[in-house]
Amino acid sequence: MDTSATAPQALGAGRGMSAWLDRHSSKVFILPAVIVILAFSIFPLIVSAYLSLTRFRLAPGGFELRWAGFRNFDRLLFGSEQYHFLGTFGAVGWFGWIVILGGAALIIWWLVRYWIGGRARVVGTIGRLITATVAFGIIVLATVTLSEGGAFGSLMVTLFYVTVGCSIQFAIALGLALLCAKPIRGRSFFRVVFFMPLMVTPVGIAYMFRMLADMSKGPLEPIWSLFGFADVAWANDAWAARMVVVIGDSWQWIAFIFIVMLAALESQPRDQIEAAQLDGAGPWQVFRDVTWPTIVPVAATVMLIRVIEAFKIIDLPNVLTNGGPGIATESMTLHAFFAWRTQDLGGSAAIGYMLLFVAVVICVSFFNLVVQRQKARFT
Amino acid sequence: MTAAAPDRPKGLYARLFEPKRLGVMAPGTSVLVYAGLLFWTIVVLFPLYWLLVTSFKLPIDVNEGPRYLPFVDYEPSLHAWDYLLVEVGGDTFRPYVNSVIIAAISTVLAVLAGSMAAYALARITYKPRFSSILSFVVGIIAVIVLTVVAGVPWWLSLIVGLAIFALLARTIARRFNARLGNGDILFWMISQRILPPVIVAVPVYVMFQRIGLLDTHAAMIITYATVNLPIVVWLMHDFFLSIPRDLDESAEMDGATKFQIFFDIVLPLAKPGIAATSLLVLVLAWNEYLLALFLSSVDAQTMPLLVAAQNATRGPQWWSMSVLILLMIIPVVLIALALQRFIAKGLLVGAVKG
Repeated sequence: MDTSATAPQALGAGRGMSAWLDRHSSKVFILPAVIVILAFSIFPLIVSAYLSLTRFRLAPGGFELRWAGFRNFDRLLFGSEQYHFLGTFGAVGWFGWIVILGGAALIIWWLVRYWIGGRARVVGTIGRLITATVAFGIIVLATVTLSEGGAFGSLMVTLFYVTVGCSIQFAIALGLALLCAKPIRGRSFFRVVFFMPLMVTPVGIAYMFRMLADMSKGPLEPIWSLFGFADVAWANDAWAARMVVVIGDSWQWIAFIFIVMLAALESQPRDQIEAAQLDGAGPWQVFRDVTWPTIVPVAATVMLIRVIEAFKIIDLPNVLTNGGPGIATESMTLHAFFAWRTQDLGGSAAIGYMLLFVAVVICVSFFNLVVQRQKARFT
Repeated sequence: MTAAAPDRPKGLYARLFEPKRLGVMAPGTSVLVYAGLLFWTIVVLFPLYWLLVTSFKLPIDVNEGPRYLPFVDYEPSLHAWDYLLVEVGGDTFRPYVNSVIIAAISTVLAVLAGSMAAYALARITYKPRFSSILSFVVGIIAVIVLTVVAGVPWWLSLIVGLAIFALLARTIARRFNARLGNGDILFWMISQRILPPVIVAVPVYVMFQRIGLLDTHAAMIITYATVNLPIVVWLMHDFFLSIPRDLDESAEMDGATKFQIFFDIVLPLAKPGIAATSLLVLVLAWNEYLLALFLSSVDAQTMPLLVAAQNATRGPQWWSMSVLILLMIIPVVLIALALQRFIAKGLLVGAVKG
């Protein structure tokens, strides 16, 4: 009603203006978004790049930025901050070597298969080489830091949150969506309830889980006492602390994946499933052959969104453990934030750039190798 | 076809888990399904219940071990609510209003600009010159170098940067013909979401400081709208693709302008997508913490900062925190309830339809 009443008036009032707008509509539609994103992405990227190559110091009457070359990156990768960023390297045992060699073999096989597939192109090759290099680097780093005497740095902690967290979230969310897609009563009730964690601010979730995970005063205290864990302090154990962070993160994000997967399940044609059931297919067969192929494009897209967001995790480890014990739960964003707080702006920007590099390689690889392929298969 | 053999006694497993008719669950299955759903309902609601009961606790009730039921385990007290809403009511109210203003306006802006761009990318073919984009980047670099390194006032360097861009775009850029397509633009916009906020935060802080907008609503609104724009473009692009093109074309035959088509025909059809996307963006803006930490201090302080501030010198004030978190959850849950029927349909509908 509103628009139809006012639109002709507006047209009459400024015919020249609206005609001009219409002629240039293709630009007018897209320019606001492009300009704003350009200003907010290219500009900070360049400033951060510059910052990461300098050393920040407070000086009388303000601050000064001294050119430092690649020293900030050098410090992270090889120097005094290596333990903090990459981790402490342990002695690789025979099992570690098997993992490294096996990983290398898998990656080489994957590359060779692409090249002899006959559709190899220059851009694809370059992209795959970058993916392969980063993947191999991560395998080596994971093996080395997990070996005897090694410890995770913020890079591996972030990757742990991303891989383990996202896998757990996807598995549980898919399971819940499958349950909810059954012919049940009160589906809208469950949908709203299961969606609720997404509404809570991450800082709030972090404090909430600090209350819940308190072994002696939290609500689960009777359970811990029953199993004799009442005196265990999870905050002092690296893996327990990391798992608590993952649980808090999962509590929130399962909601998002769930709601999207449920939409995907609800929109798949019923007759296909019923036909398969009439042919005597069991539930597992129906899922594998009918349901899964139709929901996998959605799954790939929603997991890409989730992985992108997961790289930025900061609120939960910051509040739950303050990055501790030691640096065991410190994600890269938190690492950069701590560096910024100690006025090491250059170091902070350098960490940010390393995070950007890893996240871009992983997300772009995921987008090109999984999401695009799944979408192409079904359109 | 086990159901068609009544003379043979069925095994326990078959009786419990094989449905009698299609579309109906067998008794065993339905028990398991409802048990699973109930379990997750508890997992979701129990932490929220704990917030609620904690908000009525005195410090002693929190510190002396778990107490579950108000009136039974402990005497509920309104002290935290009273303190936050009446005693220091202004200090709670101000960030709350800030949060409402910032989240609402930034969501409207992001959804408007984002869906316009998404619609354009779904309908119009763009072929920007690669070299023009490069000239633009050169212009931006010039602005940054002039302001940050040489200390020129920002408006002057902005003019110089624009001049450099125009000059390059009109001269050198014309000679190169490499062009990008819609897919590249879309991917570029989406990829902005990968940008870690820590990289953005410091430069944006410096930028707003230079133009004197630090700790204002405007700065927060612009930042949140921009940060959330890519999500809108992404989700709405799929949605617009799923709306048939014929509608646009027939409206154009009738003499409607591009903007009339967009606002009067396409947007109403995309209502479920708009609703779901707005809700998601609103929640992200409402709950954002890191950028708010950098960009606001007093005047534009938002609720997540106030929640975090409860962990002050006297140790975490669990009861106050619970009150604040509950105050933050209530409006978004109400909005989500109102938009409930759109959420399922709206999110990722393009991807859902393949």
